[in-house]
Amino acid sequence: MATPLVVSEVAKSFTMHLRGGTLLPVIQDVNFSVKAGECVVLGGPSGAGKSSILKMLFGNYGVDCGQILVKHEDRVIDLASADPRTVIDVRRKTIGYVSQFLRVVPRVSAVDIVAEPLAARGTPIEAARARAEELLSALNLPRELWSLPPATFSGGEQQRVNIARGFITDHPILLLDEPTASLDAKNREVVIAMIEEKKQAGVALLGIFHDEDVRERVADRIIDVSGFSARKAA
Amino acid sequence: MSEQPLLKVHELSKFYGARIGCRDVSFDLWPGEVLAIVGESGSGKTTLLNCLSTRLTADVGSVEYLMRDGQYRNLATMPEAERRFLMRTDWGFVHQNPADGLRMTVSAGANVGERLMAVGERHYGRIRETAGDWLGRVEIGLDRMDDQPRAFSGGMRQRLQIARNLVTSPRLVFMDEPTGGLDVSVQARLLDLIRGLVQDLGLAVIVVTHDLAVARLLSHRMMVMKNGLVIEQGLTDRVLDDPREPYTQLLVSSILQV
Ligand SMILES: Nc1ncnc2c1ncn2[C@@H]1O[C@H](COP(=O)(O)OP(=O)(O)OP(=O)(O)O)[C@@H](O)[C@H]1O
Ligand SMILES: [Mg+2]
Repeated sequence: MATPLVVSEVAKSFTMHLRGGTLLPVIQDVNFSVKAGECVVLGGPSGAGKSSILKMLFGNYGVDCGQILVKHEDRVIDLASADPRTVIDVRRKTIGYVSQFLRVVPRVSAVDIVAEPLAARGTPIEAARARAEELLSALNLPRELWSLPPATFSGGEQQRVNIARGFITDHPILLLDEPTASLDAKNREVVIAMIEEKKQAGVALLGIFHDEDVRERVADRIIDVSGFSARKAA
Repeated sequence: MSEQPLLKVHELSKFYGARIGCRDVSFDLWPGEVLAIVGESGSGKTTLLNCLSTRLTADVGSVEYLMRDGQYRNLATMPEAERRFLMRTDWGFVHQNPADGLRMTVSAGANVGERLMAVGERHYGRIRETAGDWLGRVEIGLDRMDDQPRAFSGGMRQRLQIARNLVTSPRLVFMDEPTGGLDVSVQARLLDLIRGLVQDLGLAVIVVTHDLAVARLLSHRMMVMKNGLVIEQGLTDRVLDDPREPYTQLLVSSILQV
């Protein structure tokens, strides 16, 4: 399937029960797809729902209605209705995600955080660590930090750990939430090159990039999320 | 993904007179899956855990367990002796208070070795060696092997209880507030240890906790209980990051950050 990700008629709202049941509509009628080897960028103003879309595609947010069709191994799965076990399997093998912020696990070193998704797919831990070190090195993370838990790292250092973790596997779909936001120019270039490599390898990428220069360079297509706004009347 | 659920729970209910302990609970637990049961005190978490582990008898509903021979057995109708054997070998139960799960007046080594004897091991040297191995895995020095757990700190006792439970290579472990009542730093170390062991051994775990951070760190899937009912369930990070029910939103908003 040349189109490993199809989003169809998806809507999302939040009901804030602690605020008197206020209904907060975010997006509706979201329709798009991402092809293998393509990098699609979600654009639009802050609060338009870009991150929410990525989170729905990762199974982290529920959806109100619609379908999220993902090619998972030799099947097509609707993530919008998949059970937790299936979502976990899809995350292990098919969809990778670089979140905006790293969630640190106490007492686990940077290199092990990066190696973990590869180890979870059956790569021997030593080989996974070696690959993790290659990536951390490419991203210029000082070697002294590799064996430390990232809790005390700077924003940019944590983000590079997060990027390495997301890029280490060969997942056919990769979601990127502002991976370059807290990086300097040199490391931004590294990430742009890594994205280019993923495209060459036939990965379907869907990302959010506020930096216009980065966006211009990686995007094959930009989708303006405000077109899906559920707050048009306001 | 061709495997079968380890545990099949169907409309389980338990009443204390007119009061509801837990009601209409149904779910499947898969091999290697970690399920967290959360909710405030009195919501029925421990009642449910005890019904699942047959420490309590449910009034309605059934729990079926996939035996090692590949057959499902209804736990309620299983002969008492067989069920006791299952609990001593194929299952573990980690209590909040280690004193409930350990024998406080026999040595640490014997606490672990005892469970091995339950699976038929008789060779003293091998029992001692395996017990020593397990003490090492839970970060208890071999020099403490002949001490009684009475002489141990709370964190050490809890680690010993875990070793005692895991030494028989169980497939399913129940945990009731395994980090409750411990200092924060001790908790972090214990959680890290549990997380590693569960991953390495591919254990299925049902863990009761009121601590959402524990649920986030350990579990794949989560059930939120209130007044004996499961009011929301799903993938752990989905329930925590996009809670639907008023009560779940209240729980999540009551903590600083998970
Ligand atoms: N878990 C949540 N609970 C309630 N409301 C939420 C939640 N997550 C997002 N929202 C709301 O949904 C809307 C879209 O948020 P989202 O984070 O998707 O925006 P965004 O386009 O990524 O913005 P930015 O560019 O600032 O990152 C916002 O109004 C936000 O407050
Ligand atoms: Mg965002």
